Amino acid sequence: MITAGIDVGAKMIKVVIVKDNKIVARSINPTGFEPVETAEKTLGEAIKQAGITRKDVNKIFTTGAGRKAIPFADNNVTEVTADAKGTSYLFPSVRTIVDIGAEEARGISSDASGKVLDFSKNDKCAAGAGAFVESMSRALEVTVPLLIEISHKSTKEAPINATCAVFAESEVVSLIHSKIEKADIAHAVHDAIASRVSSMVRRIPIEKDVALIGGVANNTAIVEAMKKHLGVEIKVPEKPEYVSALGAALLAAA
Amino acid sequence: MTTGTKYKTAPLKCWQKGKELRLEAYRDLATGHEQGKLLVLGCAATPYGMLAGLGDFVFLAGEPYGASVAADPPVSIPAMETYEAKGYARDMCGYMRNFLGTMFQDKYYFTGGPFPKFDFAWSVRHCPAGHPKWHQIVSEYQGIPMNYIDDETMLAIDGDQEARIEYVAGQYLDSIEWMEKITKRKYDDEKGIEAMRNYFINEALWGEINLLNGAIPAPIDIKSMFALMPISMLRRHEKVAIEFLTELRDELKDRIGSNIAAVPNERYRMCMLTPPPWSFLKVFRYLENFGVVFVGTYVYLINSGEVKFLYDEGKVVPATPPEKRPGWKTMKNREDLCRTVARWRAEHPFQSHLDTRKKEYVIMFKHWKANAYLLLINRGCVPMTTSMYDFQRDLNKQGIPTAMFEGNFADCRDIDETGVLDRLETFLEGQGIQKIQEI
Repeated sequence: MITAGIDVGAKMIKVVIVKDNKIVARSINPTGFEPVETAEKTLGEAIKQAGITRKDVNKIFTTGAGRKAIPFADNNVTEVTADAKGTSYLFPSVRTIVDIGAEEARGISSDASGKVLDFSKNDKCAAGAGAFVESMSRALEVTVPLLIEISHKSTKEAPINATCAVFAESEVVSLIHSKIEKADIAHAVHDAIASRVSSMVRRIPIEKDVALIGGVANNTAIVEAMKKHLGVEIKVPEKPEYVSALGAALLAAA
Repeated sequence: MTTGTKYKTAPLKCWQKGKELRLEAYRDLATGHEQGKLLVLGCAATPYGMLAGLGDFVFLAGEPYGASVAADPPVSIPAMETYEAKGYARDMCGYMRNFLGTMFQDKYYFTGGPFPKFDFAWSVRHCPAGHPKWHQIVSEYQGIPMNYIDDETMLAIDGDQEARIEYVAGQYLDSIEWMEKITKRKYDDEKGIEAMRNYFINEALWGEINLLNGAIPAPIDIKSMFALMPISMLRRHEKVAIEFLTELRDELKDRIGSNIAAVPNERYRMCMLTPPPWSFLKVFRYLENFGVVFVGTYVYLINSGEVKFLYDEGKVVPATPPEKRPGWKTMKNREDLCRTVARWRAEHPFQSHLDTRKKEYVIMFKHWKANAYLLLINRGCVPMTTSMYDFQRDLNKQGIPTAMFEGNFADCRDIDETGVLDRLETFLEGQGIQKIQEI
């Protein structure tokens, strides 16, 4: 059986194709203002990569913020359900999942089969999500990769509240004026996000193993900060931004 | 996609009558002075039946009025903007902001005409979110006297309860003298007693109606209850409310006997602790797509209603009016009236300590045969958000699933409807509940 999962995220659309329980293709594109067209295009790229045709795809499930906007999907599932399914496929031992996307962070407690037991999500606030990293990199006039790189070179703690992304930007400006090193500010930005996400995740039971997924899991500075704040080792899958789409594809096959 | 219909359903027979009684109460406020009635403002928890000793009156509980305005965004948004333009803070009580906004606009919501001018404000000071400040603003704006009963002392769990009852009863006695002075009317003890008897009976009836939703399928859904609640909230002192609530109770009993459901595809039962987001009541209808029926909310079980919790047995039963309880006196004069009201409020679940409330939440969950609680982190009401995470943790520890969302019960600008629906769908998906039909 061949199924496709499409994660219609706030910033990126990701597609995973699964054939007989194995990942055979992945594709990703910026969501833009035409999510349906982008989803079509991204699915087409994945199909091509898999060496199959559209007719070979038995079922398509969507997930993500725009999951209901895709008319050619057979069904949709929430990100939380997709995350749990995708993560249990990659790491069967994981019981706590932290998903940090562009505009939302989630903590999920799941069982061995990938069934959701509990979850927590951030509310209307960018301070605990990937958009915050981008905003702070602009404030520091560095690229996101460079922000991550210099963060690892930090030698001093610098405080950022990060209760609010808008106010945090002004805090960063104040730190710049106080001649704090960019590396220390970069570290403070990551630490603030991890602190905020960790406090949200603690609303659910944190049981080992813990996995970090979502596009922000590619940020090694965040991973380090999350380890510190949660006080546990964290598993990060290869290509963590595709886990939700993978979960949707697996659920389509179920 | 199936409809999932399991039960037969039918509209409430007394629905139209209920709507008329509700509107009548609000319209009466616009014409009350012409009819020679006193217009009085206060909190919904005020034992306003006592006012009947002064003659005919209309009591406006600001909370249901604020909720009505909040449920109508094209009216609510300009009202709140008017309030904010006066320099008042946006993080105050959501009901108050809607109420004061229409007052400043001089637009009474239910008629579109001028905002009523009250004769005075008289209230219990039960809400620390600023209700006394709310009525103080009205008092200063309209130039009317106000008087508050400090009965928050009842919330204390240690010490001499008898002394506290005497202290509050004394305040009621003083306030009767104060009312006589400012209205230049003589207080008729008999009329005050009779109206408070009605008030107690109506509280018990509304509580009993809430308890009937322990039946499967639920005979009435929460949205319909919200629509009928103003009768118990605003007309508790009247015989007409007793007649209506008796009719409603009996009809619900008939529906239970005939297995008539509020939601024909009922398969998952939820309850709440707080009021709903009034501008977003469609959330309840939307969730019926999933076979979800909301069977009640704790706050309106004990605010305008009364029940008796049997903590040791883990049960809840209908309340008995105070004069019929063992050890309570029959009211014969105003001293009896004031003392009965003070003691009644002291023992009312409305005054339960937070730790007692936790027990009551679990008892209600079991009584309603619910599957989960829906919890609201309410930016529009501090007291109703206090301890919410603690309550959630406590409920979860006892194996009770909870779905939580953040928003504002009276400011439509402060609630992300798509986000809330997404969160609830996620919760239901985790509970194994999928959408079964489009309504």
